[in-house]
Amino acid sequence: MAAVIECGADTDTTPENHMSLKKTLSSASPLTLRIVAECSVTKARACDLVLPHCTVSTPVFMPVGTQGTLKGITVDQLEGLGCQICLGNTYHLGMRPGPDLIEKANGLHGFMNWRRNLLTDSGGFQMVSLVELSEVTEEGVKFKSPYDGKEILLSPEKSISIQNSLGSDIMMQLDDVVSSTVTGPRVEEAMHRSIRWLDRCIAANKNPDKQNLFAIIQGGLNADLRKTCLDEMTKRDVPGFAIGGLSGGEEKDDFWRMVTLSTDHLPREKPRYLMGVGYAVDLVVCVALGCDMFDCVFPTRTARFGSALVPWGSLQVKHKQYAKDLQPIDPDCKCPTCKRHSRAYLHALFKSDTAAMHHITIHNIAYQLTLMRSVRQSIVEGRFPEFIRTFMKRMFPSRDQYPSWAVDALASVNVTLE
Amino acid sequence: MKLELSRVIQGRSRLGVLKGLGRTGQDSMEVPGCLLYTHFGTVPHLTQDTLHSLSNLPPVTQVTLSNIAEHQEVLEEFKDGFRKFAGLHDTLLYCSLHDPAAPCPTGYTTNKTVSVWGSGGRIELTVAKFMALQKTVQPDWYQSMADGETWQNNTSRKRVRKSVDRTLTHLDECLVVHQNSQELDGVEVFGVVEGGDILEERVRSARETAKRPVAGFCLDGLQTGSMDQTLRTQLIAAVTKELPEDKPRLLQGVGTA
Repeated sequence: MAAVIECGADTDTTPENHMSLKKTLSSASPLTLRIVAECSVTKARACDLVLPHCTVSTPVFMPVGTQGTLKGITVDQLEGLGCQICLGNTYHLGMRPGPDLIEKANGLHGFMNWRRNLLTDSGGFQMVSLVELSEVTEEGVKFKSPYDGKEILLSPEKSISIQNSLGSDIMMQLDDVVSSTVTGPRVEEAMHRSIRWLDRCIAANKNPDKQNLFAIIQGGLNADLRKTCLDEMTKRDVPGFAIGGLSGGEEKDDFWRMVTLSTDHLPREKPRYLMGVGYAVDLVVCVALGCDMFDCVFPTRTARFGSALVPWGSLQVKHKQYAKDLQPIDPDCKCPTCKRHSRAYLHALFKSDTAAMHHITIHNIAYQLTLMRSVRQSIVEGRFPEFIRTFMKRMFPSRDQYPSWAVDALASVNVTLE
Repeated sequence: MKLELSRVIQGRSRLGVLKGLGRTGQDSMEVPGCLLYTHFGTVPHLTQDTLHSLSNLPPVTQVTLSNIAEHQEVLEEFKDGFRKFAGLHDTLLYCSLHDPAAPCPTGYTTNKTVSVWGSGGRIELTVAKFMALQKTVQPDWYQSMADGETWQNNTSRKRVRKSVDRTLTHLDECLVVHQNSQELDGVEVFGVVEGGDILEERVRSARETAKRPVAGFCLDGLQTGSMDQTLRTQLIAAVTKELPEDKPRLLQGVGTA
């Protein structure tokens, strides 16, 4: 089993840093961002994000455990992989088992037995993903529960109340989310409403000294709307900002432009969380564009379909070509799955037991976390542009297969891919 | 393997240690004891790491040909046995014919073959194929090929008799191949006692199987829920009377107290 990776292991222990750390911990803020290194070429940063349960090294990928668990793996396994923060979902947990029970269980941390950090989404995205079951008004979002047909109103106040009961280290505001493929006045309406809902969320937060409320920048793919939202939301004193409303089905060319516009106008000394991004290429590019935190169900969901993530793309373990392949998924990977099992065994196991999915889940999370660790290290060592080039070469068979949006996005931050 | 009994109560309940297990002959297991049920070497839903966070695991892992048969080609190419293929460390391996936790469809055995059900459907096994599979698995011991399709109530006497005869024939044929196979050096065989719910056939099967050079005995068709409790106890008592004291008796498919 891989050695447990220390949460917030910090090599810099000069008396000066020790003093400033002591100072920040004694202040009332439950979040402190220490910028450890900044890339001199791109907009990338490597930071230490000090949160109530432990320090998180950024850039960070946060695995998603929607219903209080990452499907198929235990918290010990997650901790063993070095995960310092993961996600739970307010809508799903609010429906079942409900905030009262979780509060009795000592919050979501106690309920899950997870001693590191948790971030909870507000339930906003479910307005898009479960749109058939929802209706939006100024008051909030009306949902018809898929579990028992009951109707609930998820207002900013209700969302924050549930998140207060869950006790997450980072809470997301309830935002009015529209699909990124929607155009027209609805986008503007949603952006303005998100600002109003942000204020309601801030007012409703019972635990500002223990839980960090992040704002979510909306505005769709419209630069003016985004800019307005940025101008307004950055006036509020929140500990961090998320870039929302992207990573739906929009064109990647529009996507990266909105990301970079947002990071241009977000404060340097607060963390930037790009929601719903998890493909390896997207992660690397968006770090270059100045994002610090990411989440996505992709790595864990695709694992359950037998798709293993590797530095050169992905490997469909259930495919016949791996039936006799005795290598591990990635010979260079140090995760528990690759240390013990071959592609051939996993291929066969898919026909007999669900544990095959769990093995791939563990590997995929290890892949994502290792990727981010390498990205961070390269920023700290001042060689991030080089890292990007090596990464792209490994991922794509030839230069003309590089996605053009990625080439453009990287060029915009001074990285040319030859 | 050798069973060393330390206590026997009322001539029936036995406490002891099964020694000389494994290819090295160094391992042992306390009896009464149970085997570790797996799907293809994996305890259902658990990765090896999660499994090993538990203590006091059974020293013997059970696998079944139902899961393994469809992967014969891969295992043959692999050559180094199932244990290594599955990444199992530090465990003994027992290979059964069928999955003791899943009921088996009936009506498919013939004089020369038995069937197992894999993910792709039915696979027919002759003694030759059965033994070829054992050679690829390389367990520490295995259950001999048997006709166990008499577990349903009211199977005819004629059918039960046939299953006892066939099972003995299969055992003799398996033993011949076994003794001539280098790959199975150090591997042991358990004979299978059949007989449905008919006392005379159970006794006959036990007596005849005990004459063969087997390391122990599987009592087949007596899994939980297969028949009336009293009858089952009667049959088991009658069978064990015929079996040598120093050889273990394996009862498959028993899950509740």
